[in-house]
Amino acid sequence: MPSPVDPTSIAGKAFPVAEHVPLLVLGAGPAGLAAAIEAARCGLHVVLLDEHPVASALIGLDVPFVFGDRLDPAVQNKPRMTERVVAARPDLEQAVEAGVDVRLGVYAWGAFVTGATSRALPHPLLGLADEARSWLVSFDRMIVAAGARDLALAFPGWDRPGVMGARGADAAIRLYQAFAGRRLVVLGAGVLGLGVALGAQEAGLEVAAIVDVGVLPATGAATLRTLGIPIHTEHAIRATLGTAEVEGVRIAPLADPGAAFDIACDTIVCAVDLVPNVEMFDLLGCPIGWRPELGGFVPQVDADGRTSVPGIYAAGECAGVTDAAVADPALAAAAGRRAARAAARDAGLDVEALLPAPPIAAPPADRDAMHRHWLASHVDAARADVMICRCEEVGLRDLLGVRPPRYLSYDGKKFAARDLRSLAADGPINQDQIKRLTRAGMGACQGRRCREQVQLLLAMQGNQPTGSVPLPSYRAPLRPLPLNVLSAHDETQEMRDNWVVWFGIPGQWLPQWEPVPDHAASAVESRVLREFET
Amino acid sequence: MSSGASVVVIGGGATGLSTAWWLCREGVPVTVVEKGIVGWEASGRNGGGATHPASPLFREEQRLWPMMDELLGYPTEHQPMRIRVCVTPGQLALAEHGAALAEKQGFRVERLDPQALRELVPWVGDDVAGGMLLHYGGHANPQRTVQAYAWAIQDLGGTILQHTTVTGIRVQGGKAVAVETDQGVLGCDAVVVAAGPHTARITAMLGVEVPVAPARAEMIVTEPVPLIRHGGADGNGLYGRQTLRGNLAYGGGPHEWIELADARTPRPVNSPVVRSLARRLAEMFPRLGHVRVIRSWAGVIENTPDGRPILDRLEDPSNVVIATMSSVGFGLSPASGHALAQLVVRGRCDFADLTWLKLARFGGLAANWREHAGWVPWSAAEQPESFDGAGVHS
Repeated sequence: MPSPVDPTSIAGKAFPVAEHVPLLVLGAGPAGLAAAIEAARCGLHVVLLDEHPVASALIGLDVPFVFGDRLDPAVQNKPRMTERVVAARPDLEQAVEAGVDVRLGVYAWGAFVTGATSRALPHPLLGLADEARSWLVSFDRMIVAAGARDLALAFPGWDRPGVMGARGADAAIRLYQAFAGRRLVVLGAGVLGLGVALGAQEAGLEVAAIVDVGVLPATGAATLRTLGIPIHTEHAIRATLGTAEVEGVRIAPLADPGAAFDIACDTIVCAVDLVPNVEMFDLLGCPIGWRPELGGFVPQVDADGRTSVPGIYAAGECAGVTDAAVADPALAAAAGRRAARAAARDAGLDVEALLPAPPIAAPPADRDAMHRHWLASHVDAARADVMICRCEEVGLRDLLGVRPPRYLSYDGKKFAARDLRSLAADGPINQDQIKRLTRAGMGACQGRRCREQVQLLLAMQGNQPTGSVPLPSYRAPLRPLPLNVLSAHDETQEMRDNWVVWFGIPGQWLPQWEPVPDHAASAVESRVLREFET
Repeated sequence: MSSGASVVVIGGGATGLSTAWWLCREGVPVTVVEKGIVGWEASGRNGGGATHPASPLFREEQRLWPMMDELLGYPTEHQPMRIRVCVTPGQLALAEHGAALAEKQGFRVERLDPQALRELVPWVGDDVAGGMLLHYGGHANPQRTVQAYAWAIQDLGGTILQHTTVTGIRVQGGKAVAVETDQGVLGCDAVVVAAGPHTARITAMLGVEVPVAPARAEMIVTEPVPLIRHGGADGNGLYGRQTLRGNLAYGGGPHEWIELADARTPRPVNSPVVRSLARRLAEMFPRLGHVRVIRSWAGVIENTPDGRPILDRLEDPSNVVIATMSSVGFGLSPASGHALAQLVVRGRCDFADLTWLKLARFGGLAANWREHAGWVPWSAAEQPESFDGAGVHS
């Protein structure tokens, strides 16, 4: 006899889906576009999703890039922005011609698959949303080509409006054509900084200077010198200047902090590095490893981009950031095509031999060492009031002291004996624990502006490798979504009829100094009781 | 128990930590053994509610919480009072049930008409049925509280061993004499088992069967909004609160029964139920429909067959105390720890009637009680007929 089903549990509950998609491709950057087109040519029905143009409200939160309050009001006009995104990505038209179902301005905020604590879903589900509502789609396979976001690293005054990231600047200038600045200082003389400088000059903007804490890297240095931009290597930022917004930056040679000088600018673009977007992999339960040569935490994949979760593939920068890939989007596109062919083959289609992986020109550099150099050049005990988590106003001192947030009063004497080192004596430092105690990373930007630097600071303070601090978990919704949007407008009547606050066990809410009465088992009584408080 | 005797507490959740803290306060040497990080599982990821009039520990819960910051020395974010929001007249009628239980014990419930409710909770809609202001109960920050317990234990000389998994319990002459772990053996004069969903696995080492079924439940969190006077406002099928930071943290709805394969707790994921949570929160607080959800989380809790705690000292081995709070442990933890410490030291609790929370009440339980109740994992893939819970609609 089959077991009865607990009606208040998730067992048998239906979650209506808007459609079933054989292959989802997440992200319409170089990797995702190439993957979608290739998969469609292989004969798969493909839906290609991209969140751009994102809502201006998200741009204001620095989601998904660090926009630094440097986009003009045109971003509020979504139809216009959609036209610009299409214009900036001519391959989108090619994808449509190839039969790809392209959806722009759609957020992928959650993924729900079978796992150790989730067995009730009949199909893998992806949560999607636009500005008005959310919905679910089911899928057979998904290629995640979610790209990379800006690595935010603190320096004195980095929380002033006008400080943005490389991808934020690229989106503002090229994708949205809605950049509100005129004169930029670029931080980072590597290929990423070079790209920002070139893009800015092409758009007719002035690049006042390029600043790096290191020496000029071999890659791209020749090109950089031809741009006619003053380059300040082995310099650090001492302050940002301005009343409310950025009006300039003060820098000084590392070797001679006293020799500081000011550069006038309205925008500072932090182009030190990018962070692979692994959030969807984390939700899906894909094993993620620490690979400093690939920019940090990345999903474990095979040569064709298969993750170890069946049906989930990774392509492009979300699987790893290298100088070669930043300089040449064709590498991401090639990875997208390989993942598409793998998906098509796994779907049982007769696809020709897989594309060979392109040769790697040079062994990728250890990006972690570079990140540490940048952070150590700008943040130390003498500048402990530098803000680390801007949403929750957690300064360096608060973070390393494991201090409660500022809205709480507490006994300072008690906390004098408590800090990161005393906590480390109790066991390995865990960023999720630090997050809970200090709130660093708990804010509305969902940790995008501090996750990586908190990890670095915890590791540096503990004299331990960066990768020894485990990845703090990502949580749905992966984009901040209004209650009215996330709301299950399509919820089933069965869900409503069987909804309980907490388990619906009648005896739990009757006086526990008396035995459970027999009548508590009756359905009517339990209906009343399960509405009870917890 | 003789003076100088030492106690090993298995489980660094709210219940185990509180028990250890109370033992430390009495000068008993204590070691807490925790397989991961203190408060990492359900104790650190719940609604933070401290309003349990159905529990014999209710009065002690209410007495202790206002003092906890001072007693522990670290902030818990405890806030007194609760507000029950009733969107429909039906909800209002149901809320009377809980109110009656508290009023019978001498606690005050203030009925609120829609206007009075709106003054306290400006987020409610025009058609809200009414509400109640509970002059008892409250809420605290679970994450901060579990760490406060842990630090307070250390301040009193107690030991907390994190990342230490119990592998066995040595029994001699009817008493537990040592706890074996993957980090070494700990000699002891008494043992407290407060291992949450893992309680049954630990007590099985003693040949004692504790009927608990683990399940996953989930919550959502919004960005901060301006503080209202009493943040502990919930209803409409949700439990939760506005935190002191201003975030709204709410849970409720379908749970998922799971299986624990070993000593580890698998990462509890979220489900599409998060959308239904958002719907109920927007229904309860229609003026906050624009407020953004920024996070969700899930946790694993255990339930006994009648949903009530087991707080008991075993007869054999006679120096072992077992505790499961049956999925409602955080808020009651100041009181449950006090009761459990008394069971360890004196063999009985002098401030609450725990008669009906003994393990023996499950003496006649069928071996397949979980299947009988439907409290077992359910997989769409394993259904005899093709279940299409994701029926496509256009």
